[in-house]
Amino acid sequence: MGMTMTQKILADHAGLQSVSAGQLIRARLDIVLGNDITTPVAINEFTKNGFDRVFDKDKIAIVLDHFVPNKDIKAAEQSRQCREFACGHCISHFYDVGKMGIEHALLPEQGVVTAGDCIIGADSHTCTYGALGAFSTGVGSTDMAAGMATGEGWFKVPSAIRFQLTGQLPPNCSGKDVILTIIGQIGVDGALYKSMEFTGPGVATLSMDDRLCICNMAIEAGAKNGIFPVDEVTMRYLEGRGERAPRIFRADPDAAYEKTVCVDLSAIAPTVACPHLPENTRPAAELSDIQIDQVVIGSCTNGRMEDMETAYRILKGRTVAPGVRCIIIPATMKIYRECVERGYVTAFIDAGAVVSTPTCGPCLGGYMGILAAGERCVATTNRNFVGRMGHVTSEVYLASPATAAASAIAGFITPAKED
Amino acid sequence: MNTQGKVFKYPDNVDTDVIIPARYLNTADAGELAKHCMEDIDTGFVDQVRPGDILVAGWNFGCGSSREHAPLVIKTCGTGCVIAKSFARIFYRNAINIGLPILECEAAAEEIQAGDRVDIDFDTGVITDRTTGKTYQAEPFPEFIQNIIRRGGLLASLKEA
Repeated sequence: MGMTMTQKILADHAGLQSVSAGQLIRARLDIVLGNDITTPVAINEFTKNGFDRVFDKDKIAIVLDHFVPNKDIKAAEQSRQCREFACGHCISHFYDVGKMGIEHALLPEQGVVTAGDCIIGADSHTCTYGALGAFSTGVGSTDMAAGMATGEGWFKVPSAIRFQLTGQLPPNCSGKDVILTIIGQIGVDGALYKSMEFTGPGVATLSMDDRLCICNMAIEAGAKNGIFPVDEVTMRYLEGRGERAPRIFRADPDAAYEKTVCVDLSAIAPTVACPHLPENTRPAAELSDIQIDQVVIGSCTNGRMEDMETAYRILKGRTVAPGVRCIIIPATMKIYRECVERGYVTAFIDAGAVVSTPTCGPCLGGYMGILAAGERCVATTNRNFVGRMGHVTSEVYLASPATAAASAIAGFITPAKED
Repeated sequence: MNTQGKVFKYPDNVDTDVIIPARYLNTADAGELAKHCMEDIDTGFVDQVRPGDILVAGWNFGCGSSREHAPLVIKTCGTGCVIAKSFARIFYRNAINIGLPILECEAAAEEIQAGDRVDIDFDTGVITDRTTGKTYQAEPFPEFIQNIIRRGGLLASLKEA
């Protein structure tokens, strides 16, 4: 029996000829990641259990991104704990205010992760790096601590669902509409414990930013990981980034999949996930009766350069609707700088939006855009659970940057019109 | 090893944002965090829960964020076990790694009602609803995971290895 792409990477990192679904393995880790919320818990566990050195200072990434620049004293203490640990152990991939970004936009951009890697991160959206052809999955703080101490992690080898992509996306549709459509179809536990392996001729038509967005939300279908094959788009993206050479793994032709889901990209429409689950999807065009109070464009899902380009294309020369707060958050300092240089920030401000330095802040109801009782927000983020962005009666509608920007101008939910 | 207590019942897809809202994650202090356990879907939980009490829920319990604070606050509140039809995978790992007992059992999760008195024998996986007299058999953990639990969590098991 052949192996899926995920199984190939896991077998390689476990030092085994082959693995099969359900098998428990120990695998070597290329990167162990944590942020300012999950790392303090990991440090406490690491220290409490008597570990005093990390397995490899170059294979640990600590990114302060959730509550920075610090939102309050307690958050500042947590950041300081991360900073002191990173400094004490000479962690080379430590990103503080000034060079940080939202972790899942930052690590691919900086070349910290690459094709063929086996990565764990104490953040559920660590599955993002599957877009590069890596095995990458979210874990908790104790797993992070164990990974930092030993350089290994335990895994149950997942089975896979294959998503066969064909066609090409219509204008004003992006990776976000693809993954929301898929989650709407299979549900929030539709890929529980499994890999989502994307394949087919449609893959070549998707940009790296689209792929990163799609893999980012694999967790929202319950998946262990999402993964794309390595192709020319991947190799072009990886060129000149990173210290390690990419390693290319391909699924065997006779790999076993639990099922195959066909996705015709040309049939995708602007899609919105209504409260309070990412599976509650509706076409954006059918939601024009939903008046909104706020729009957030950013996050590890949609704060990348293409997302900023889309927001700029729609907002330039226009005005955010009265009564709507529009918050735009480029995901990394590099993207932020690019937005300044290209004049996007001026255009956003002229449109009546605000532009923040990188932070996860509003996505998880941390700060920088908390919702009051009953308020409604269109967000390019990834979760719309009860209370996710503020008061328990507030509502989050998940959408693409195009839909979010168009809705900011309209004052109600609407897909972007063709330009 | 066993636990017994009163049941708190919850629906499908209970996410980690309602188990412990992110607005409180500016501290890693379990006692401080536990004051807010489940508050966005059940404001009475923290005041009513007693040591040994049991959470019973539907499919995909603990979906969403990887925050280990979620199983940690459930454990710190004194909860003896979570029974669900299924668990989201990161929550499942985290619960095992920190030593919060969890059991997958569809029939028990379907039939046991809020307020029932329930006994659980972790060695056999037998769940007994004292209120209705019914018993259920939960799925046993694989040997590998039983070892982690026996040794007191992931890091303790690594030190022994």
